[in-house]
Formats: sequence, C-alpha cells, structure tokens
Amino acid sequence: MKKIWWKVLCIVLLLYVAIMGFMGPVPHLPILNESIRNTYFHVALWLAMTTLLFSSMVYSLMYLRSGKLQHDDIASELAKAGLFYGILGCLTGSVWANFTWGDPWPNDPKLNGAAVGILIYLAYMLLRSSFEDEQRRARIASVYNVFAFAVFVPLIYILPRLTDSLHPGSGGNSTFGSYDMNNDLRKVFYPAIIGWILLGLWTAELRVRIKRINRFREEELAGDRKTL
Amino acid sequence: MNEIRTLIRKEFTLEWRQKYALSGMLLYVVSTVFICYLSFNLRRNQLTPIVWNTLFWIITLFSAVNAIAKSFSQERFGRLIYYYNLCSPQAIIVSKIIYNSLVMLFLSGTGFIFYAFVMGNQVGDLGLYTICIALASIGFSSVLTLVAGIASKADNSATLMAVLSFPIILPMLLMTIRLAKNAMDGLDWSVSYDEMITLLSIDLIVITLSYLLFPYLWRS
Repeated sequence: MKKIWWKVLCIVLLLYVAIMGFMGPVPHLPILNESIRNTYFHVALWLAMTTLLFSSMVYSLMYLRSGKLQHDDIASELAKAGLFYGILGCLTGSVWANFTWGDPWPNDPKLNGAAVGILIYLAYMLLRSSFEDEQRRARIASVYNVFAFAVFVPLIYILPRLTDSLHPGSGGNSTFGSYDMNNDLRKVFYPAIIGWILLGLWTAELRVRIKRINRFREEELAGDRKTL
Repeated sequence: MNEIRTLIRKEFTLEWRQKYALSGMLLYVVSTVFICYLSFNLRRNQLTPIVWNTLFWIITLFSAVNAIAKSFSQERFGRLIYYYNLCSPQAIIVSKIIYNSLVMLFLSGTGFIFYAFVMGNQVGDLGLYTICIALASIGFSSVLTLVAGIASKADNSATLMAVLSFPIILPMLLMTIRLAKNAMDGLDWSVSYDEMITLLSIDLIVITLSYLLFPYLWRS
C-alpha cells in the first residue's frame, strides 16, 4: 500500500485515453480517416510491449550477475506481460487492418515479424516449463531471454525498414511520422504509452507477488512435513 | 588461442574416429535433395527460381539443425566435467562455433553442388552465392551452437532444439534468401551490400552474445 500513486496514475491515464481516444479530435488523413484512433491502442501497445520485454531482458541480465531468484521471477513475469501485450497488439492491429486494408492478416513484413516475435517468447515459456530445478531453470531461461531479445530487435525494428511495408509511414502511405503527428494526437498518444506501460508493470508485479507467496507457502508446508 | 586450437583439433579427431556422424549428415543432405528432386519430378517446369532457392535454404536449415544438435549431447557427462576443469568456457564455445562453421561450410557446399547437379543450376552469379553460403553457414552454426547448449540441458532436447532455434534463426534465413535471390539473378554486387552488411552484423551480434552468455550456461 506504500506506493499507490502510480497505480492511480495508471487508471487515470487509461481512463483519459479511453475517453479522449474515442471522443477527441483527430486529423483527417487519406486512407486512415477515423481509424487513426488505433494509434492510441495498437501503436502504444507495441511500444509498451517492447519496453516490458526490454526490462525483462535487463532483469535476466541482473539474475545472471547476482543469482537471486527474485530477479528471474520478475524477468519471467515481465516477459509474460509483454507476450500478452504482443497478442493484444496483434488483435487490435487485425481489427484495424480488416477495415483499412480489407484483410485481417495481409502479407506484410511487420506482421510476420511480430508473429515470429510471439513464437520466440512462447518458446521461452516452453523452455521454462521443461525444467524442474528452479536455479537451473532460471539460469538457462535467462541466457535464452537475453539472446532472444537481441534477435527480436532486428526482427521487429530493422528488417521491416529494409522492405516496403503496408504500414502507415512506409511505402508511400500517409504517415503519422514527423509532419502528421499533430498536437491533438500527441496529447493522447504519449499518455497512452505511459498508461499501458504502467498497466503492464502492475500485472507483472501482481503475478510476481503471487509467485512469491506460493513459494513461501510451499516452503512452509515442506517445513511442517519435516517436523511431523 | 592455443587452448582453442587444441579443442578444435580434439573435435576433428573425435569426428574422424566416429566417421558415422559426419557421413550420416552428408547422407542426410544428399537423400533430402534427392527426395525433393523426385517429388518435383512430375512438374519440372513448375520449379521457378524462387522455389528452387527457398527449397535449397530449407534443406540447409534442417541439415544444420540436425548436424549441430548433437554438438553437446554426443559427449558423455563425465567428459564434460573433465573439460570444465581443464579449460575456460569461452575457449569451448569459440572452438565449437569454429568447428561447427567448418562442418556447415562443408555440408552446405557439398549440398549445393549436389543440388545444382540434380535440380539444374539456376545461379547467375556463383561468386556472390558462395559468399552467401559462407555467411549463412557461419550464422546458422553460431546461433545453433548456443541453442544446442541450452537444449542439451533439458530432457526433451530434440523438440526443444527446433522450437527454440527456428524463430531465432528466421531473420537470418530471410536475409540469406534475399541475398541468394540477388545472386541468382546476377544483380550487381552493389545492390546486395545492404543485405550483406545486415547478415554480417547479425552474425557478429550472435557470436558476441554466445561468447558472453555461454559461461553462465556452462556453469550449470
């Protein structure tokens, strides 16, 4: 209960995004029209996902340096939250693409990269579940996590830049890059990013706490059995 | 350096003593190529350059996964502990990567010659295609060596090896296929500099990461 302010901030920001995102004024661009509102959800979710996965990698590195299980717990839960956001990002993108491009899953390098990224982190979860011993699992999963993130970044951010993409901002589509990102959009877009990141951290934090409680209870049960 | 050289020599000696492993891999590549040849036999004219190229790289990918998966599991547990006492983990991973790269160069080179022999050579610029094969072999083997190290720690390592390595290797595979397509069309080299640099930098990133991360893996 000591640090409640950022949870309040998260709720307020997301409420603001939900209200202003649907009601606020937006610029009218060709092709995009009103569907530009998806920037607040789809694009912001992707950015939040990258942040979560990046911090997951940082915690994995910290685990490798320190060997404390808590760090690995945090890393795995952050990765799970990131994975969840990745799936949400795909879904919001699909809904949007269905209206704008007329196809929920067109053959686009960014989409395929995202799908492969999700596969990478599903493989990470599979790797985690195939070990019994906690320390061993933590060490090997951390190594994979760092390795995976290093491949994930070129996959998502560098390779699509080399080819034309259907996404706004490349291949001659109207963009919300430097010119068209006007102040109306910015006023909601930046709070949206922060709000989504905070929500992700919050879910991860709750899950880490559940994990800790479970571990504590198991140890206590094991202790009881020993005394009996 | 001396350590690495000795370790590589050890790998070669081991391979030479149990010849079935390498010849098994060679036979694997050759028979896969032959299966593809026979499967496409009915419709030779439908084998467009793109299909030709993609098929070759998929064959290479699968033979790489199979060849490198055994690089940690073939040695017995006791012997691994013996190495652990003798040499540094960095020397081990570097020697394994170099050795696996050499094996992959040999395998994919032979595979390519046989593939071109059976399926008809459609490559316009052989020099660039050779460079592409070299870059891909080094990249594949460095990614797969670390993943093989990870997978060998788990019980169901064969499945895990495929699941862990395929998504990670994909960016590399896509770049390779694109570069190889440029080579097939005989485009000017300056067109492919982008791909070559990206591929080279992914290779470098992967090798540095393996070098840095392997000590943690080795300890467990």
